[in-house]
Amino acid sequence: MNKKSILAGLALALLTGTAANAGDVRVMWYSDGVEGEVMKDLVNRFMEENPGINVILDNVAYSVIKEQLPVQLEAGNGPDVARVTAIKDLAKHWLDLRPLVKDPAYWDENFGDKADWMRPDGSDQISGFMTQLTLTGGFANKTLFDQAGVEMPGPKATWEEWAAAAKKVADSQQVPYPMAIDRSGHRITAPMLSYGANYIGEDGKPAPLDQGAKDFLTKFVNWTEEGVFAKDVWVSAAGNTYRAAADDFINGQLAFYYSGSWQVANLATKIGNNFDWVATGSPCGPAACTGMPGGAALVAVKYTKNPKDVATFMDWMAQEDIVREFSERTLFLPAHKGVVEKGGLNFETENEQAKAALGTFVEASKSTSETALKLPAWRWADTVYAAIVTRIGQTLAGELPLEDAFARIDADIAQKVKDTGL
Amino acid sequence: MTPIASSSPASNRRLGSILFVPVQFVMTLIDAPLRALQKLTGISGMAMFFLAPNMLIFGIFVLLPLAINFVYSMTGGTAFFLADRTFIGFDQYSRLFECGNYLDPLSCQEDAFWTAVGNTAWFVVLQVTLMILMALGTALILNRDLRARSFWRAVFFFPVLLSPVVVGLIWKWILQRQGLLNFALFEMGLEPHNWLTDRTWAFAAAVAVSIWAHMGFYALILLAGLQAIPKDLYEAAEMDGTKAARVFWRITLPLLAPNLLVVVVLALIKAVQVFDEVYVLTGGGPGTSTMFLTQYIYETGFASQLRNPGLAAAASILMGLVLVVLTLFQLGIGRRTEGKRKR
Repeated sequence: MNKKSILAGLALALLTGTAANAGDVRVMWYSDGVEGEVMKDLVNRFMEENPGINVILDNVAYSVIKEQLPVQLEAGNGPDVARVTAIKDLAKHWLDLRPLVKDPAYWDENFGDKADWMRPDGSDQISGFMTQLTLTGGFANKTLFDQAGVEMPGPKATWEEWAAAAKKVADSQQVPYPMAIDRSGHRITAPMLSYGANYIGEDGKPAPLDQGAKDFLTKFVNWTEEGVFAKDVWVSAAGNTYRAAADDFINGQLAFYYSGSWQVANLATKIGNNFDWVATGSPCGPAACTGMPGGAALVAVKYTKNPKDVATFMDWMAQEDIVREFSERTLFLPAHKGVVEKGGLNFETENEQAKAALGTFVEASKSTSETALKLPAWRWADTVYAAIVTRIGQTLAGELPLEDAFARIDADIAQKVKDTGL
Repeated sequence: MTPIASSSPASNRRLGSILFVPVQFVMTLIDAPLRALQKLTGISGMAMFFLAPNMLIFGIFVLLPLAINFVYSMTGGTAFFLADRTFIGFDQYSRLFECGNYLDPLSCQEDAFWTAVGNTAWFVVLQVTLMILMALGTALILNRDLRARSFWRAVFFFPVLLSPVVVGLIWKWILQRQGLLNFALFEMGLEPHNWLTDRTWAFAAAVAVSIWAHMGFYALILLAGLQAIPKDLYEAAEMDGTKAARVFWRITLPLLAPNLLVVVVLALIKAVQVFDEVYVLTGGGPGTSTMFLTQYIYETGFASQLRNPGLAAAASILMGLVLVVLTLFQLGIGRRTEGKRKR
């Protein structure tokens, strides 16, 4: 009896020991809207079709992706696959799928134009694919504008015009703040570029803040001090911590909210019929009317112990019909060339406002500036974003004069470049 | 009432002797080798032998990380693996101390570090002073013959049991712009205020929340001290017609001094390490007005895009030195008190 028990125990230990490793693909995933549910469904279907591979979907907060994943990766750990936004900054940690995927030509053809965003400079690596393309842009509370009797600025309206109109609305409707912009370097870069900013120096390294950048930041700080922009969002944390103002917009506390296309599903779900809202595209500055492109990518991590299974999973997820389904169900703009060219995406929403908003973002993408298009593939972009958010946050909190903030931003970026040893 | 059979002394003894069998077996097994070891090393050697497992764990999980942290503080670069980092000596420490005027963080190269040092110093002074006064007051009240005294003790101790994250979230929910406090003010016809985005109020909130979260623990220690004071001293004072204030200054406070000293030192150490509940409550903001040393280390080492593990390690070594000084202070006090008692 004892011998039998011992043997049974050993067999069980062996079985569970092997089951925990071979065939496991751990995916670290965050959600802005409903994509976690869609992904769960897709993963279940993948596992039905590939019974030998067990995909574990870890739904985490975005802050985990932003703050903890980089540390795990630097330590040579982390998941097998991750959905990330800092795709260029972390490029050295991605697995080269080129020798592992079924048809590298399919990947090059359909995802090739964004491949540089997520691979080390000068390589032809296939790291993964963009699960969605995003573009920053504004949202206006149409109901508030209508109730205030203020005409909504048109497609080519400037930031000044939006600020003036939103202030009128807020004053009339007793809304706490006319406008808000997410506490994010990526978000605030769009208006800075519209004012003529260029972060990239001639040597490819970060250039000191130029006049365009300083002009918008000066306006932004003044507007915030005057109560035009929501101060709470930017002073509610230290460092470069991300804060979104989406909840304020959803609660009808803002006339205008500058965020991006990934918020469409979130707004559609949470606002419902509470009020009418529209996407506005990006307001104009003296140099452009640009938004900032970006997005999230599903990338394979090179520290995986199951690269073949990971490649099988990535191949399945990158199929044209899966990408199409994912986009239609999540209301995200697809990055798959075939899907985009064939068009006819039938976004799964009854919400006409959401459909119209997606159309606005597609239209706005045509006026994206050249400088904006370069930034996602520039390795120092996140460094610049972090320095801007940190120091402008301090200025808005009243602890750092703006001129000092400009000097500190340049110094922080230079120090980071020096620390990196490049 | 007849006691049930299973709890009778005889059955307890029987159960005890059954349970003791395996212990006795193990002791018989190790007896011979231990005797041999004792012959070889003597009594002091045996002490070392029994302390070794604990020291091993302490060495692996405390001393070794401390040493690795120190080595990190002597290296530069952004890589996490020690092997990929370059040795730069004390450059990280020089960077931290490169300052025009230590009282003006903006004149320092690492302004965030000195801001965090200043914030932590203010926090320690305010939080420890106020918390101990309040804990003492609470302990004095709870030491009286109150109605439902156990209930009140539980009320004050309850926050200590909460997770710091829960504490931070509860108070954020109360203090945020659209929080419970502003709602109450609005309902009373008063002007709401942005408590967490005003630098002064946010700092005050950090101190207040921290006091709320920890005061119960210190009040309990002081209450235990109060209950240990012999009642006859108070009775004698009462018979002499001594005023209440004099009783407090001449009897209560001197006899409570050992407990108070322990409380002061423990509270100081805890206050220097402040992080979690304040991080959840304010995120270190507005600006950097509630960013304390531990958050600076965390942000610099891990969270920030501009992270620098070497610099974070250097800052943590400096913070560790402060904590070592406080701990030595505590040990010194402990020994002095012990000495006085023996005398």
